[in-house]
Amino acid sequence: MSIAAAQKKGFMAAVWDYLTTVDHKKIAKLYLFAGGFFFLLGGLEALFIRIQLISPENDFLTAGLYNEMITMHGTTMIFLAAMPLLLGLMNAIMPLQIGARDVAFPFLNSLGFWLFLFGGVLLNCSWFLGGAPDAGWTSYAPLSIQSPGHGVDFYIMGLQISGAGTLIGGINFLVTIVTMRAPGMTYMRMPLFTWTTFVTSVLILFAFPALTVGLFLLMFDRMFGAAFFDVTLGGNSVIWQHLFWIFGHPEVYILILPAFGIFSDIISTFSKKRLFGYTAMVFATILIAFLGFMVWAHHMFTVGLGPVANAIFAIATMAIAVPTGIKIFNWLATMWGGSITINSAMLWTLAFIPSFTIGGMTGVMLASAVADYQYHDTYFVVAHFHYVIVGGVVFGILAGLHYWWPKMFGRILNETLGKISFWLFFIGFHLTFFIQHFLGLMGMPRRYWVFLEDQGLDNGNLISTIGAFLMGIGGLIFVINIIYTSVKGEKASADPWDGRSLEWAIPSPPPFYNFKQTPLIRGLDPLWIEKTEGKGKITPAEPLGDIHMPDASILPFIMSFGFFVAGFGFIYQVDHSGWLAAIFIGIGIALICMLIRSLKDYHGFHIHKEDLEREAD
Amino acid sequence: MIGWMGKRKPLFLFGMLALLLAGCGKENLTAFEPKGYGAESSMNLIILSIIIMAFVFAIVLLVYVITLVRFRKKKGQEDFIPKQVEGNKTLETVWTVIPIILVLILAVPTVAATFDLADKSEAQDGINVEVTGNQYWWHFNYEGDEVQTSQDLYIPTGERVYLNMISSDVIHSLWVPSISGKMDVNPENVNTMYLQAHEEGVYWGKCAELCGPSHSLMDFKVVAVSPEEYEQWISDMQSVDPEAEPEDAVAQDGKALFEEKSCVACHAIGSSPNATGPNLTNFGDRSKIAGYLEPTEENLVEWLMDPEAIKPGNKMTGNYPEVSEEEAKQIANYLLQLKPSDISPESAGN
Ligand code: HEC
Ligand SMILES: [Cu+2]
Repeated sequence: MSIAAAQKKGFMAAVWDYLTTVDHKKIAKLYLFAGGFFFLLGGLEALFIRIQLISPENDFLTAGLYNEMITMHGTTMIFLAAMPLLLGLMNAIMPLQIGARDVAFPFLNSLGFWLFLFGGVLLNCSWFLGGAPDAGWTSYAPLSIQSPGHGVDFYIMGLQISGAGTLIGGINFLVTIVTMRAPGMTYMRMPLFTWTTFVTSVLILFAFPALTVGLFLLMFDRMFGAAFFDVTLGGNSVIWQHLFWIFGHPEVYILILPAFGIFSDIISTFSKKRLFGYTAMVFATILIAFLGFMVWAHHMFTVGLGPVANAIFAIATMAIAVPTGIKIFNWLATMWGGSITINSAMLWTLAFIPSFTIGGMTGVMLASAVADYQYHDTYFVVAHFHYVIVGGVVFGILAGLHYWWPKMFGRILNETLGKISFWLFFIGFHLTFFIQHFLGLMGMPRRYWVFLEDQGLDNGNLISTIGAFLMGIGGLIFVINIIYTSVKGEKASADPWDGRSLEWAIPSPPPFYNFKQTPLIRGLDPLWIEKTEGKGKITPAEPLGDIHMPDASILPFIMSFGFFVAGFGFIYQVDHSGWLAAIFIGIGIALICMLIRSLKDYHGFHIHKEDLEREAD
Repeated sequence: MIGWMGKRKPLFLFGMLALLLAGCGKENLTAFEPKGYGAESSMNLIILSIIIMAFVFAIVLLVYVITLVRFRKKKGQEDFIPKQVEGNKTLETVWTVIPIILVLILAVPTVAATFDLADKSEAQDGINVEVTGNQYWWHFNYEGDEVQTSQDLYIPTGERVYLNMISSDVIHSLWVPSISGKMDVNPENVNTMYLQAHEEGVYWGKCAELCGPSHSLMDFKVVAVSPEEYEQWISDMQSVDPEAEPEDAVAQDGKALFEEKSCVACHAIGSSPNATGPNLTNFGDRSKIAGYLEPTEENLVEWLMDPEAIKPGNKMTGNYPEVSEEEAKQIANYLLQLKPSDISPESAGN
């Protein structure tokens, strides 16, 4: 089972290997690959949107198709691109940062991925089966109930299945961080990326159930004749908005907090300085997460909740600016007095600071309820959340990919291509979105299929579209960089960046058991401590011994496939009760897998001490 | 008033800058040039928050640039190991406390304005309009006056006109950027907001909540006229005789067709509770057809023959017998003559 042996196998064997893997590093690659694919898809949808809006009253897309495009762009980017890419990075790095051999539940880790992927594929099947969902990624009732065809049904089942995967992933990370930290790795010695993974997982645990419930109610309304959101039958449509945003607002922090963690690690590494105000950073993270649950109704200032609710949620929202500000200043203070290296990873990070600051500031502006009566549901909001999600999350993912690519794949991404793609994307990004703040206040609501002639909106939209294409080209060059690097890229040493945290103490890419001996941690930035005060190497906490590894399994894949089949059953049983069979077959497959998993003993296997001694050094 | 201006002069200077940047947008549409009470409240907060934020951004940018210039790794110092600083209590307190103060500066006027705009204590004595949002048009019922109209909302300047809004289908959101911020139009409850326009004019209104394929075409207008003109308009609308025969023969045929082709089933002329389709009492004075087309005969004929091509997903398509071009012209002729009042968007300075 050594790595060399795995490489000698054929293509089909490699596919099988990935279908059955429970190794967090391989699952991470699966997440990155699938998330990257959906990111390109979402990007393509974005370009279609921008082409449609290149000139007034354009007819590149029909009204119906346009609504499908915006719905799928939002849904894909949030659920199928940004989240999985972050989950990929967490999977790849977090166990290494705490000195663990894997996550707590490797089998569940694999199940989480396959549920996400099958959910995403199910959602996208809608394109070929009569039309995608068209009620917006927020899917507000009653529009989502009234929407004809099966588009919204695909949205419901797709998100339900992939959401279950995410929830599983979150719980898994939580347990991993609580139980599997190496000796000496106290909570207050964890790198910020591990901290934010931890806090994010808590957010997932509490936020996703609200979405699950909302989707269930919507599912019953659409598929089984219930009327939770149907006003004519005594339902209430505003409840959907509450459920959606009780999930949806924390979701924003689920995305941005890991990015904060990535930036913290990168800034500290490339400034050659310990993170300034580490304790404050940790508590700011926790505070942001906590407040993140208190502010959902700021998405609903115009719903008519009344001045008391609006005032309370306005103030709570503004309060988030404080911990966020603390973070920005701590990052600046970390760089201050340091010795700053500027490479691609750092470029994305440095670009993040002013970009995200703008996004944060427009956030505070939006929090002012009465001002929001103007901003709400206009391009101002579109600009704001793209500054936060692209300027924060996407920049974070790209920074993280450049930073950890050598660790994950053993090769360093090409710097020249990295810089070209950065500048194109960065300039394109500001070109696309800055002007949209103004478009919004000039009277352009969001989700407008066309804007009318002679309303003063032409130039702004044209500029925005040009910017979007620059972003597209920048993104493509990044893909080219990945291909180039995997063929010709420079081989990476264990510690190419003079790193500080534990992941840089083991080879790039790490062996499948990660740490031959569990490391002993003596403080924050353990590797840095050993480099400057110790022997330059991490001290092991245990003598070399046999390592126990979990078995690979195809069950997660089959189980997810079962839910996928059942998903189709739920969607189409509305048309013909024969489809009920698909529900039974699909759920049956999943249940049988669960039964096998419960009854069969999985012993795992041992890597023997002798093999370890032979393989290394 | 002068005192008010004087105190906020810097705000206005900054506002001018914002206008310059924005190229303003179109007059009577853009929120950058507020011409009503609500839009002004919002704009004051927007400007205040921009000033605070610009201040913060300037500081961040300053520190950022200095850091990058001063502390970038220098040639010949590749091995330099910076001092590992844990933190600094004073600094950290400063950048916690100052943002709290800044947030408070914004929070207080925000709360005040939120309660101010929600004040409906005088609604009883004011003008109340029942607004119904429909896919993809707006219906207005002047409560107590037995006057209904659609698409063009007439209001007197200087007065608060209370809109009691409900939706007949999905959620919409009523937005007249130059006069007031938006409020959702829900199917389950009546939301009330008020419009108060300072000057006469025809203001663009938009639907701001995704409501289906023609969401972006759900435009309407607010026609602000002087209070006297408004009174005149109401009484003109009240004295319409829906049965009155038009003078010329073409229009008479049009009127007959309007009944024959079951248009009357959805469209009321004169005061009527029927609001299945837009009320056409003063259709001849409409500032637009179907919310966004110029009110010409060709456009109207086109609408009558194929509304789907103009507003995808609208509720008129397919629900009436086919009309030939000839018939459409006759109907158009009739409809465009429906001008019961001298008060029209033109008199509001359109
Ligand atoms: C099923 C009900 C229905 C019938 C029947 C119907 N309409 Fe309509 N009509 C509507 C609706 C609904 C709209 C609003 C469409 C929109 O803007 O989304 C409308 C819009 C219009 C408009 C534009 C109104 C405005 O204020 O801009 C005109 C004019 C019109 N119809 C004329 C007619 C004529 C003439 C007929 C008969 C040949 C007719 N309609 C039959 C429902 C109907
Ligand atoms: Cu609408």
